[in-house]
Amino acid sequence: MDAILLQILNGLDKGSAYALIALGLTLIFGTLGVVNFAHGALFMIGAFCAVTLQKLLNLSFVTLDETQKDFLGNPLKVETPFIEAWFGPEVGATIIDWSVPLSILFAIPVMLLVGYVMERGLIKHFYKRPHADQILVTFGLAIVLQEIVKYFFGANPIQTPPPDVLSGSVDLGTMVGFDPNAIIYPIWRLVYFGFAVGIIGAVFSFLQFTTFGMVVRAGMADRETVGLLGINIDRRFTIMFGIAAGVAGLAGVMYGPLNPPNYHMGMDFLVLSFVVVVVGGMGSLPGAVLAGFLLGILESFASTTWATTTIPGINQIIIYLVAIIVLLTRPRGLMGRKGVMEE
Amino acid sequence: MRFRLLEEEPKDEKWKWEEYMTKNNVTRRGVLKSGAVAGTGLALPTIFTASSAAAFTNEPTGASVTLGFNVPQTGPYADEGNDELLAQQLAVEHLNGEGDGGCLNTFSSKALQGNGILGKKVGFVTGDTQTKSDAARASAKSMIEKDGAIMINGGSSSGVAVAVQGLCQEAGVIFMAGLTHANDTTGKDKKANGFRHFFNAYMSGAALAPVLAAEMGKERRAYHLTADYNWGWTQEESIVASTEALGWETVNTVKTPLASTDFSSYIAPVLNSGADVLVLNHYGGNMVNSLTNAIQFGLLDKVANGKDFKIVVPLYSELMAAGAGENIKGVLGSMNWNWQLQDEGTKAFVKSFGEKYGKPPSNSAQTCYAQVLLYADACERAGTFNPCGVAEALEDFEFDGLGNGPTWYRGADHQCFKDVLVVRGNENPTNAYDTLEIVEITPRAQVEYDPEHPMFAGGELGKCNPGA
Repeated sequence: MDAILLQILNGLDKGSAYALIALGLTLIFGTLGVVNFAHGALFMIGAFCAVTLQKLLNLSFVTLDETQKDFLGNPLKVETPFIEAWFGPEVGATIIDWSVPLSILFAIPVMLLVGYVMERGLIKHFYKRPHADQILVTFGLAIVLQEIVKYFFGANPIQTPPPDVLSGSVDLGTMVGFDPNAIIYPIWRLVYFGFAVGIIGAVFSFLQFTTFGMVVRAGMADRETVGLLGINIDRRFTIMFGIAAGVAGLAGVMYGPLNPPNYHMGMDFLVLSFVVVVVGGMGSLPGAVLAGFLLGILESFASTTWATTTIPGINQIIIYLVAIIVLLTRPRGLMGRKGVMEE
Repeated sequence: MRFRLLEEEPKDEKWKWEEYMTKNNVTRRGVLKSGAVAGTGLALPTIFTASSAAAFTNEPTGASVTLGFNVPQTGPYADEGNDELLAQQLAVEHLNGEGDGGCLNTFSSKALQGNGILGKKVGFVTGDTQTKSDAARASAKSMIEKDGAIMINGGSSSGVAVAVQGLCQEAGVIFMAGLTHANDTTGKDKKANGFRHFFNAYMSGAALAPVLAAEMGKERRAYHLTADYNWGWTQEESIVASTEALGWETVNTVKTPLASTDFSSYIAPVLNSGADVLVLNHYGGNMVNSLTNAIQFGLLDKVANGKDFKIVVPLYSELMAAGAGENIKGVLGSMNWNWQLQDEGTKAFVKSFGEKYGKPPSNSAQTCYAQVLLYADACERAGTFNPCGVAEALEDFEFDGLGNGPTWYRGADHQCFKDVLVVRGNENPTNAYDTLEIVEITPRAQVEYDPEHPMFAGGELGKCNPGA
């Protein structure tokens, strides 16, 4: 029982990242009709917002310590962050320690800007082109973006640790009556799940309970009619692209402490997230979220020793297997609208 | 060929072919053998046709000779490839008499004079392996066919090494492998034209086992997470064998897909498995993420079977250590070489590399630097660029002064034998480069094995191929 709960937790955790990326993908597909293969790159750029802020906070001045030597036998260069010099060692160290949560504030304007520039500068020229063209251009854009990041940050992963107080793990099992060590779970993974639920809730609330959201939903249902009513739906959809980029970026910021960011991390999630969108139903926001968590949990269970011993390799194919089954039996996806992708 | 070289040799250097052959155990057999093989060239599967008039593939005819450096310049190991390239460029400088000479001053063989190789100025071309076997073969093939590369060096993956080694064997050029740790490179996939300076998984196990026994005891239960490809399997096999020989029990061996980015679902069951040691047979990004995940789950803070839980990473690299950050503190592993060694060869290389590039070299950089020098030295001692002569000069060559102390290039399988390092993640690093500390320098004798050892069985070295 404890093993099952542990894998469900793991699945929710993986599913959080899938759901957040798939949510953004669906928003863009549902509003602009664009299949955005650069969405994984937005997730990666978000993670590198955290890396950038961490580097900025760690900008240092150098003093020479004559008592210690570096690898060439020269006096050791000791680096002291400016922020520690300005605010004192304790406050400075605390600010650096909290660099990942602080990166949320940094990432929001950056991601909105990146999304806006991406949409206005490139993607809007492809609205009326076939999906194949959109896929090619956005995939190319993803490669360009990841190579730019690699140029500045290198190919090696860069650690963005969580604040000390949120690192480590908690024994969830003892809280619900299991033996000690039965369900040990990292604190930051719980934080990530909570954060994902919060972001998903915020996006749905925004669409459901604001006038702006209502217009966007109307535009998703019938763009032409909304346009005939004198509403500039294109401008709203551009803003939605920025919001989708922001969601992907924030998912990336918070993901850094789970697995250190590298320039390729967006590609690692991209294909899986598309599968999530297809399983959930193209254009269905609840479908994307549901499929994200569902596939995360299935993938987690497929990675258990029992599963891999019973069906070798199941951990590598489970998501695609589910996608095949769903497409064969229900081409519109779990929660897709009737008619979408069924003709 | 030989007489032409003798004619080209400056008289004041009193170059004596017979003396070299005697002193360095080089025989005419190697060179003659290549002639015989070349004579039957029509019957050989060769990928080359343009140079059929030459005695061997890409025989240098001008004033220069071209080496091919095949390293990952893109993809996840691009930083490691870049470090290799820096070291290779440094080696070329030293061969051409530029810079401070580096290990030319400490190398026990004094055949290299800083005037290129056999009097020819050394140039190089580079290829991008992308850490993909097909891309690596394509780039090596291009360097050999289009650029006239006479030797291929570099790489950061066993899959790539085996693929490129096979290509070089067909093409008739020497392959001086870079970072490749799988037993198969000099085991079932060994080739007469291929040479490995880097250590292997068996050696990691042999070096680590006594340290593990001393630090963790002989009654441990190990849980292995293993990257699901050739290198991972051979490392798991090696570590399982060496730890079980200590008395350890292997609780479980779980294969993880190479493309995995998150290992939480593999790590989560470890604590309840009855294991008290986790062995991560992962490399590169896999290792960085699996170790990070293991630390997140608090494994190192736990007590299992009445013992402190431990993690072992059998193969370390400096870049992995940098990527893993603070997570590696206290975690044991092994390395081929480390810049903190205090032998003269290491000091000379670190000084040379550090002053030029402002950072200490990685162990993959060192292996590429040493390989380039070893190749050049073998050409000088053989008196020819002919791969068969070079191969014979490298076989059973004993040397010192390139790092790791006295070293032996075994003729039977073309595997280098030298001291192996057991290292630990530094608890208190003073800078970005001393993230690992040397725990023990395992003597060469302790990591040697029979060429017919079961972990290396199944392949044939075959005959050297001069190509053309």
